[in-house]
Amino acid sequence: MNKVIQVEGLTKMFGDFTAVDAITFDVKKGEIFGFLGANGAGKTTAIKMLIGISNPTSGNATVAGFDVLTNPNDIKKNIGYMSQRFALYDDLTVKENITFFGGIYGLSRKRIKEKSEALIKELGLEKVASQLVGSLPLGWKQKLSFSVALIHDPKIVFLDEPTGGVDPITRRQFWEMIYKAANQGTTVFVTTHYMDEAEYCDRVSIMVNGKIEAMDTPKKLKEQFQADSMNDVFLKLARG
Amino acid sequence: MKRFIGFIKKEFYHIFRDRRSLFILFGMPIAQILLFGFAITNEINNVDIAILDHSKDNTTEEIINKIAASKYFSIKQMITREADIASVFQKGQVKAVLNFEKDFGRNLVKDHKATIQIITDATDPNTANTITNYVNAILQQYQKELNKDITIAYQIMPQTRMVYNPELKSVYMFVPGVMTIILMLVSAMMTSISITREKELGTMEILLVSPLKPFQVIIGKVIPYIFLSIINAVVIVMLSIFIFNMPVQGSLFLLGLESVLFIITSLALGILISTISATQQTAMMISLMGLMLPVILLSGFIFPISSMPMLLQIISNIIPAKWFIIILKAIMLKGVGMQFIWKETLILLGMTVFFIALSVKKYKIRLE
Repeated sequence: MNKVIQVEGLTKMFGDFTAVDAITFDVKKGEIFGFLGANGAGKTTAIKMLIGISNPTSGNATVAGFDVLTNPNDIKKNIGYMSQRFALYDDLTVKENITFFGGIYGLSRKRIKEKSEALIKELGLEKVASQLVGSLPLGWKQKLSFSVALIHDPKIVFLDEPTGGVDPITRRQFWEMIYKAANQGTTVFVTTHYMDEAEYCDRVSIMVNGKIEAMDTPKKLKEQFQADSMNDVFLKLARG
Repeated sequence: MKRFIGFIKKEFYHIFRDRRSLFILFGMPIAQILLFGFAITNEINNVDIAILDHSKDNTTEEIINKIAASKYFSIKQMITREADIASVFQKGQVKAVLNFEKDFGRNLVKDHKATIQIITDATDPNTANTITNYVNAILQQYQKELNKDITIAYQIMPQTRMVYNPELKSVYMFVPGVMTIILMLVSAMMTSISITREKELGTMEILLVSPLKPFQVIIGKVIPYIFLSIINAVVIVMLSIFIFNMPVQGSLFLLGLESVLFIITSLALGILISTISATQQTAMMISLMGLMLPVILLSGFIFPISSMPMLLQIISNIIPAKWFIIILKAIMLKGVGMQFIWKETLILLGMTVFFIALSVKKYKIRLE
């Protein structure tokens, strides 16, 4: 099995506070890996170390075959990232946003044009392609944001709570997009605190206070904790 | 390189789609230079005065004609009674009253001495002072003409000559100052705001996760402002040449070079501010309080540094604007070349290197 993310004893400390406490896990190619935990459990800190914008205090990690400590720049070329906050430019149009992000990932002009046409068609944004992104509803923005994170066909895409504040129908559509990306061979690393979404993942890990307390397929976790849903699994874990 | 051009293009979209930043960028320089040039001035022009002539002889008539002929004064009314003096001032009709004593001409010939009273409205002390000086100058001139055939022994005649700005035009003083303020404001404030905006919106994080290097992000954000600041500098110089007839004595090339240096100094300051502020508002406050006030008060723009208390004089040395104003005045008014301003240029250069080094050190490549 081809492991695209390998993490061993990864730790991040802020002063005396241990935000991420020696986590160890790996993610296989094409997998949808759910990275679960309550707010403040250390999910975002862990992601930041994996995408190379935060230095680990100790431990090792490789992403797409590159070491996070020594080769963060090679990692950046091979990953896509969508943060918790909506982070496209509101004062740029849909097309301009796509062109800009395609550009900073070094896509050729021709490729950007093809990509942007395909993307706009796929998302059904033809009518608003020349409108400022700021005028679009949040659901559309999130879907656009996800597509933009995939614009350079990364090996792995990191999604940090991508469905926060989005209505159930859009969430559903969003997960369809995630499946589609995974089917095309992209590894998806997704954090969420919606436990129903955890059921959609191939494998999940649950983080509590900086540590990974459980990790397996949703089915096996439910058996292990004798729970009906991932929500129950999570509650049992959180209560200790 | 291609990534870079896309980045700069995006930056221009931000600037041109935001009315407020557009206004700060282009409206303000023009408004400021016109305001300082026209409204805020130490010169007097066509000041309304009244004349009370108790003598009404040839001499007073000649003096009155001279005053009327000057462009500084316009004689609004002739009054006849001492009592009217108070009332014309109260009505605010005139700024000064010239009161010729009785038998002015005869006294001058007979006693070699005659008295004229210059009464000014000192609610505005600066103007009052200037009016008095101008009237005195006209009287002196007249006196000289009268005495030109007579030689008096041992007479000291001071001859003042104002160099570099012979007409004492205040716009000459304001242009370098306003240019400094504008370049500082556009470069430092606008860049620090635009960088912190990306931090605030979360897009900075996305940029840092991209293959762009942090320094490329910063330079990409700064280049549009270098470009716009240069345009601003050109607009200001053109306005001062064509609207205020302010000559540029020295080399325009040197002026341009020094301006680019100062723009880079300010940009480095802007980057430094953005590394220590988390929000756009903080960045703006720091730029306004930390940069604008010292520039206006301590750079020698409005208040001469030589008449400040010692402590402030020392502090003024660390303000980049002070050195740039000295350079600007030297090039624009004195028309000197590099051999006279290399010291100031070197100081600015040193400051720039220092600010850049400090912000590189402070700039967190990794967000946390």
